[in-house]
Amino acid sequence: MLHLGLIAALVLLQFILPAYHHGNLARIMVLSVFAMGYNIMFGYAGLLSLGHAMFFTAGMYGMGLSVRLWDIPVGPAFVIGIFAAAALSLVVGLLALRTIGVAFMIVTLMFSQAVFLTILYFNPITRGDEGFVIAQQVRQIAGLDLSNPTTRYFAALILFAICLLAVLWLVRSRAGRVLIAIRENEERARLLGYDTWAHKLAAVVMSGTMAGAAGAAYGVLFGSVGASFAEVPFSILPLLYVLLGGPGTVIGPFVGTLFMFYLRDLSSSLTDAHMLVAGVVLILLTLFARRGIMGIVRERWLKWLP
Amino acid sequence: MEFGPHLILAVLEGLVQASVLTLTALGLSLVFGVMRVVNVAHGEFFMLGAVFAYWVASWMGGPAAIGFVAALIIAPVLAGLLAVACDWLILRRLDYDPERTIVATIGMLYVIQQVTLMTYGPDAHPVTPPFNHRLAIPWFEFTENGFEFYYPWGLSTTSYKLFVIFAAMVARMGIWLLMAKSKLGLILRATQLDGETAQAFGIPVERVYAFVFGLGAALAAVGAVLIVPIQQAHYLMGHDPLLLSFIVVIIGGLGSLRGTVVAAILIGMSNGVISVFFTPTLAKILATLLVAFVLVYRPQGLFGAKPA
Amino acid sequence: MAAMMLLSTRKLSRHFGGLRAVENVDFDLPEGQIRALIGPNGAGKTTFVSMLCGRIPVSSGDITFAGENVTRLPAHKRIQRGMAYTFQITSVFSDLTVQENVALAVQSRLERGAVLAGEVAKALAKVGLQDRADQIAGDLAYGHQRLLEIAMGLGQSPRLLILDEPTQGLSDGEVNDFIALIKDVAKDTTILLIEHNIDVVMALADKITVMNFGEVIAEGTPQEIHENATVQTAYLGG
Repeated sequence: MLHLGLIAALVLLQFILPAYHHGNLARIMVLSVFAMGYNIMFGYAGLLSLGHAMFFTAGMYGMGLSVRLWDIPVGPAFVIGIFAAAALSLVVGLLALRTIGVAFMIVTLMFSQAVFLTILYFNPITRGDEGFVIAQQVRQIAGLDLSNPTTRYFAALILFAICLLAVLWLVRSRAGRVLIAIRENEERARLLGYDTWAHKLAAVVMSGTMAGAAGAAYGVLFGSVGASFAEVPFSILPLLYVLLGGPGTVIGPFVGTLFMFYLRDLSSSLTDAHMLVAGVVLILLTLFARRGIMGIVRERWLKWLP
Repeated sequence: MEFGPHLILAVLEGLVQASVLTLTALGLSLVFGVMRVVNVAHGEFFMLGAVFAYWVASWMGGPAAIGFVAALIIAPVLAGLLAVACDWLILRRLDYDPERTIVATIGMLYVIQQVTLMTYGPDAHPVTPPFNHRLAIPWFEFTENGFEFYYPWGLSTTSYKLFVIFAAMVARMGIWLLMAKSKLGLILRATQLDGETAQAFGIPVERVYAFVFGLGAALAAVGAVLIVPIQQAHYLMGHDPLLLSFIVVIIGGLGSLRGTVVAAILIGMSNGVISVFFTPTLAKILATLLVAFVLVYRPQGLFGAKPA
Repeated sequence: MAAMMLLSTRKLSRHFGGLRAVENVDFDLPEGQIRALIGPNGAGKTTFVSMLCGRIPVSSGDITFAGENVTRLPAHKRIQRGMAYTFQITSVFSDLTVQENVALAVQSRLERGAVLAGEVAKALAKVGLQDRADQIAGDLAYGHQRLLEIAMGLGQSPRLLILDEPTQGLSDGEVNDFIALIKDVAKDTTILLIEHNIDVVMALADKITVMNFGEVIAEGTPQEIHENATVQTAYLGG
């Protein structure tokens, strides 16, 4: 199948890619886990969040602070990070889902901003803007050094593969179909006997947890934890990746992250105002390609694409 | 130190902030009220107002007053025209769909901000105020001679700050006259109530929208031109006004102009007071949470009536 | 009581601001009946059935369904207890295929792991859409979308099927098929039908309820309603 093929191709690429792209690809895989989480909410359930950075940072700081303050090994710390994100997304979901549409976007934006400011406020613990580094010697699981490029690549790939298959399973499940029904017409779904509120809450929690897993993994694999990951642009990025790759497609988030990453890479030789590219792409996508790359592929050629 | 003179000073400073904030927030509120568009790029039009003001003032040269007056006219017009172009080229083509327009204005935010960084640069620049007399703050006391005025040492404001408060008041009056008394205001209010019906009655809704989007941006720019002699123009200066305007518009009740003005004065004034008790970061945390909870539990705003 | 009452309302009311859309309606529907609900535009028919299935909350009064007071239950719980509602304005999931639309209706009542396909095919065959199962619902012709809407109602295998103006916009041929279909469905389902087409009402209804200005003004067999002077006035605007 296409998705197993993608995973296999990524395994092969590890052996052929030059070091520079190899490192990039590990980063792209972690970021596309972030985007895949975003896609569960936005692409499938139709909930547009402007605050996903808070879940990413919940995972990142849940992991990072466990290591920094209590010397917990990174393996368990990673799990703590995921739980932190799950808990935050449950609370945010319970509150934010009382609103819809534009109000939902602003509420998520505001909660995320509050998380960012809270990190700054507890500067002595979180080291605020500067952030802190997870030392290389503790970044080990079961004796494997996660700062080594090859292990890092495979660790990122394992996380990516698990999340990709999880999303694929979700989308093909009955619950996944209900999420799409909610996106298309929530009232109709309710009048087919579905508790749409519970389904949306589940989508927020799954989405936030996956974003948190990406955040925790980012901290473990690349060693840095910082408040800049909680800022507004970092909430916009997954939206951008998903819009570009194709909302409501399983591999869209990966495709979008890959394209955007290299687009930014290319443009950085022309200008250092890299958010300019993001802005232009956002505008062009909303104007001309609402369904994103994989959405267009599905429409034109591959109708069966999940 | 006496409390009284300090209070006057705090109130004056608060009024300056509140004056600028009312203009910026009115712009955001007007755009949301009439068009149902949440303009995330609003703070950038504010920033453009300040940057254009700097360019106009330094290009004119000559006496500061001439440069300033020119900036006060030219900068909002330029920012407004740019906004009209954005509306015509982008938002209109999205049929003003709420979700897609919000994404597009996020894009506009970054494009405007980054283009400014590339042209104007990362440094902050000041604009010279047209006049800037130091005015000592008077206070009174009872002496054996009875009631006497005196000037406590070191407490002063400037004539320019008083001008800002006055000018913002004039601008608010202008908006009120426009909305309540003019034919254009009638058209705007009709469009706000029901765009489709307005269209059926021959109102060119698309042009009204373009005008409103431009007017909203121009209002933000006026606020920025007024403040730029006090704070310098910088490419990231749009962030705080955007956040504060959001807070004001949401607490005042989405789309309600009167609620917006009341909330802006309240928040602009209390901003100074709050930061006496809390650190600015904590104050911001509380403000963002307040906005979120108002939206969750009281979406009509703190001052809006509960819908039937 | 001859038959068990599947659905009853007592003093059911709904006010929008000062407007009394539905006022003190007492309504009883025995199991197995086809009931038509008629009345001029704005009589409160859609508001009434929307309260029955939970789309809009009641202002006052009670709704009993299958012996249980459901007045405060959210919509999805009422549907799970055996109501189904088809919308007046077609609202199928236009980005999904016909088959997926019906599957969504079927799966909500089935246990986990049960096979959907057979039930889906059955519902589609009843309305004659089996050949279009893989089309995107949004691409269907209007008449077919209405049929899909009904197939979704059937897929739920409800005890009570509420149809809100199902024949609106259908051609004469399609209307005849629809009448035959409902007669068939009615063998094991109670039906509440809002309908403007008086021929359809006369052909199907066991009993007719007439509403005007939010109140029930008459109830009886088609024959009785036909001869009722109050109903005549309401329709002729006397």
